[in-house]
Amino acid sequence: MVRQTIILPVLLATAFNVTAAPKPEAVTTLQAQWAQSATQQPFSAKRGAELWRKDGIVQKGNVVRCTTCHGEDLSQQGKHARSGKVIEPMAFSANPDRFTQIKKIKKWLKRNCKWTWGRECTAQEKGDLIEYLVSQ
Amino acid sequence: MKRTLCTAALAGVLGFSAPLTFAGETSWLDWVISFDRKKEVEPVTDATWLEECGACHVAYPPGLLPARSWEKLLAPSALEDHFGENAELDNETLNAIKAYALAHAADNSIYKRSRKVMASIRPDETPLRITETRYIRRKHSEIPEKYIKRNDKVGSLSNCDACHSEIQNGTFDDDTVIIPGVGRDWED
Repeated sequence: MVRQTIILPVLLATAFNVTAAPKPEAVTTLQAQWAQSATQQPFSAKRGAELWRKDGIVQKGNVVRCTTCHGEDLSQQGKHARSGKVIEPMAFSANPDRFTQIKKIKKWLKRNCKWTWGRECTAQEKGDLIEYLVSQ
Repeated sequence: MKRTLCTAALAGVLGFSAPLTFAGETSWLDWVISFDRKKEVEPVTDATWLEECGACHVAYPPGLLPARSWEKLLAPSALEDHFGENAELDNETLNAIKAYALAHAADNSIYKRSRKVMASIRPDETPLRITETRYIRRKHSEIPEKYIKRNDKVGSLSNCDACHSEIQNGTFDDDTVIIPGVGRDWED
């Protein structure tokens, strides 16, 4: 009986928590750093999702967004708009290697915010975007 | 006696100093004794080069361009506009890949194709694209456009690894070329 009372809640918790995999350490570390400079709200996956689809600058006659290269479905591979290079899925659930290296996250956020929006992202935006991607 | 010594010294200088400048790849003695004539291009072994350059395109062997080209391509801030793309790196990584490129550049290589690439570039030229060097252009001049440019799976001469199946070994030999949609019999 004692054992059951322990096991049941654990099982239930596992069953309902399948989608909420723990955040990689790199993400918690970075978000803690960004939270210090971002005075605004807690990071939100919902805002991140909006940013992910937000119109960026015009490149070669086309408005670009994150989805221009990463595709509409985060669990699928994307394709770079210019080079055609295959980009592995961004969804953390589909690609557990994602968001595990601080250096790599910082590098690509810097490059791709400039590519897509023509400027670096704010700490709030970075935190929201990663919150969204990790939740997928 | 004095003359013999001088001749010996001169021969030594001529014989040894030139090959010794090919530092970082192999010793002169190994090169002379080896049966492997270093016919191709030195394969890329550097983990940082493979990771950083290979993230967006094939990790081109540094032995396909002279050091002065890499110097320009990897100058501070140059990667912020890398053929229209932002490929900027932190200073530490940039310095690491630059050092690798310079040490293994075509003019510092004993590999035959690297020497041929060098021979096709005039001293006053600093090509920024491998595909613009005369040697590479000449080597591909007879391949119809439908195999490269108009081939969806290739698209551009710069996608070396679309056809060169053993580029990771530094091998570009005709026998290793498999053109997507055409196969190995592309020479027919």
